[in-house]
Amino acid sequence: MSKKSKNLEPNTGWDFDPAPEKVPVEIKAQYDLFIDGKWVKATSKKFFNTINPATEEKLSEISEASEKDVDLAVKAAAKAFGSWSKLPGKERAKYIYRIARILQERAREFAVLETMDGGKPIRESRDVDVPLAAAHFFYHAGWADKLEYAFPGLKPKPIGVAGQIIPWNFPLLMAAWKIAPAIACGNTVVLKPAETTSLTALRLAEVFEEAGLPPGVVNIITGAGSTGAALVNHPGIQKIAFTGSTEVGKVIRRSVAGSGKKLTLELGGKAANIVFEDAAIDQAVEGIVNGIYFNQGHVCCAGSRLFVQESVREEVLQKLKFRMRSLILGDPLDKNTDVGAINSAEQLKTIQHYLSLGKKEGLEMYQNAGGTPKKGFWCQPTLFEDVAQSSVIAQEEIFGPVLAIQTFRTIDEVIQKANNTPYGLSAGVWTDKGSKIFNLTSELKAGVVWANTYNKFDPTSPFGGYKESGFGREGGIHGLAAYLNLEG
Amino acid sequence: MEVAKTYKLYIGGKFPRTESGRTYQLKGPKGENIANLCQASRKDFRESVIPARKAQASWASKTAYNRSQVLYRLAEMLEGRKAQFVDELKQSGFSLLEAKKEVEDSLECLVHYAGWADKYQQIFSSVNPVASSHFNFSVCEPSGVVVATAPLSNPLHGLCFLVSVCLAGGNSLIVLASEKTPHVAISFAEVVHTSDVPGGLVNILTGFEDELVEHFASHMDVNAVIYARNNSKVSQKMELASADNMKRYFNWSDLEGKIKYSPYFIRDLQEVKTTWHPIERISSSGSGY
Repeated sequence: MSKKSKNLEPNTGWDFDPAPEKVPVEIKAQYDLFIDGKWVKATSKKFFNTINPATEEKLSEISEASEKDVDLAVKAAAKAFGSWSKLPGKERAKYIYRIARILQERAREFAVLETMDGGKPIRESRDVDVPLAAAHFFYHAGWADKLEYAFPGLKPKPIGVAGQIIPWNFPLLMAAWKIAPAIACGNTVVLKPAETTSLTALRLAEVFEEAGLPPGVVNIITGAGSTGAALVNHPGIQKIAFTGSTEVGKVIRRSVAGSGKKLTLELGGKAANIVFEDAAIDQAVEGIVNGIYFNQGHVCCAGSRLFVQESVREEVLQKLKFRMRSLILGDPLDKNTDVGAINSAEQLKTIQHYLSLGKKEGLEMYQNAGGTPKKGFWCQPTLFEDVAQSSVIAQEEIFGPVLAIQTFRTIDEVIQKANNTPYGLSAGVWTDKGSKIFNLTSELKAGVVWANTYNKFDPTSPFGGYKESGFGREGGIHGLAAYLNLEG
Repeated sequence: MEVAKTYKLYIGGKFPRTESGRTYQLKGPKGENIANLCQASRKDFRESVIPARKAQASWASKTAYNRSQVLYRLAEMLEGRKAQFVDELKQSGFSLLEAKKEVEDSLECLVHYAGWADKYQQIFSSVNPVASSHFNFSVCEPSGVVVATAPLSNPLHGLCFLVSVCLAGGNSLIVLASEKTPHVAISFAEVVHTSDVPGGLVNILTGFEDELVEHFASHMDVNAVIYARNNSKVSQKMELASADNMKRYFNWSDLEGKIKYSPYFIRDLQEVKTTWHPIERISSSGSGY
């Protein structure tokens, strides 16, 4: 580590010129619901605003679907199920391949829209969200005519109408995660995006139109919690897939109990990211930053608990803080931006609440010194040092750019601490020793373990949690089981 | 004068009486007394979760080959005591033919699943061809502590089935025996006890589902719960309570009267874990770490 000289200090004296992504994106003043292949007015006649969280400017008005609208959407999906489920798999595949291709062609438009509506840096929506969304459709398209090979000895049958509720952190990507396997397996869908981020899901409906997807196969209805509840409780739904908080996941599970509806839940997390003294420290620091500050920490699998072996604590902290100071926070549409806007005023309030709790506990807090734009919702990348296992900062999911740092001496100690949480979605391990990696990856109770890497996703790679992080997997051959009745 | 047997519970590798001191009379088809059975309490159940948790971790770390042999050993032990089980089943109204079949089926079940212990992993695991420079694979890991209500109509076969699918997959089990024929289950505990099954891995309770199932489903240190009887109201109650800690819930009601063999039962009690590691391809453009 070089001495801290002023010249090497990042973000001092050298400002980047603005480099905004300039592809213009047309946004309608108002959006209707997409039901049965048509754009229909919500019977509630109610709209709510969707805003750009980086500027607080209103982008559009979104329809609030009522119980009646939900009913119409479910009926349309049920009607479409008859013919869609009987369509030969190879024909279903062609529609889904086409959707993937159109998404790739219109990728920039989707990236800009995603960034405007959700606040994430264009670098991420352009390089992660949109390409992965297209990849999910492409991957699952190919499964449509190969399902009988996926589960030896069992006969795969589509389930029926899938009600899908997705969160605001990866709006388009989550829609793709949910819709692609559902329709590849011959089901039809009613999808509800999160209320703060409806725009890319609605634009995805335009892609379905463009691809000629038969009416009713996918219906997109917008609204808040009550719309979601109406969807969950609708008797015409055979399958529910939800990604969101553990709290809401439990509510959904209770309301579905005994109904016979199939359920998959992808819920919260509080992942341990573990750095051993024999790790490649520079790479580990990149992994820590990517683990917690990617998408402003609005990631269920974020590496929000950092465990550093005591012997390298000083080095890791020094390098981590140096790296944090080089992160550029600001206009999400700027190609140089690393940290975008917090998704909503409400979420910012939640994060700030945790920051004040951490300070009240007397924890040492470190934040980037740089200011934040006057308008919009912002939180500088933050870390808390020497957090106790019992601290609320180490226990609860904050869903923001807030890292809780703990130290450890022995492997057994860190395994015990890492697993000491009701969650079990993901974990990270940094060491150059192969046998240690395999020991750790088998001991950590988490559905996804990244070794010497973090926050990597792929449609072929099953994703989902242990314990209170939910159940079922999305992606890969394992993810198909969630959308099929498998008869022995 | 015959020496009558005292049937107790099987918890943590020991045969304690219920802490509640409660018993109920088990009657034969003609109303004759067979034995006094322990009416297990919530506390008995909670007491059995502790050894089940402890035993599970070390059981999961045993080799699949070893788990397979222990299951097979159960069959060996049962084989030598067939006559006793036939007698006990007859006490509960099974005909000689039915009783013999129940015992034979139980043996087959144990042998069948013994063979799965080192095979299901290969069927349900995968190497995933991700579009980046990473090695990525998914394997099954045991859910952990499993609690089950055994089917009523196959008191031995159903029990052996639950023991088999749980143990083959590296889980521990707490099982509520069939209420109609519970003494057979406690005799089976003696088979478990004399096999190489570690104490606490299999725990057998006798008693009434009404007072126990909700505690099964709401216990915060249980990972999965199975209902293998066909009362939809009880099933719903259990599913509801399972939400407290998001434990996995399975309604295997179609097993009642018809035990099925399939590795997918083992699969239900597994979690899929996916591991990523970078591949350092120096020559290609994709970076390693």
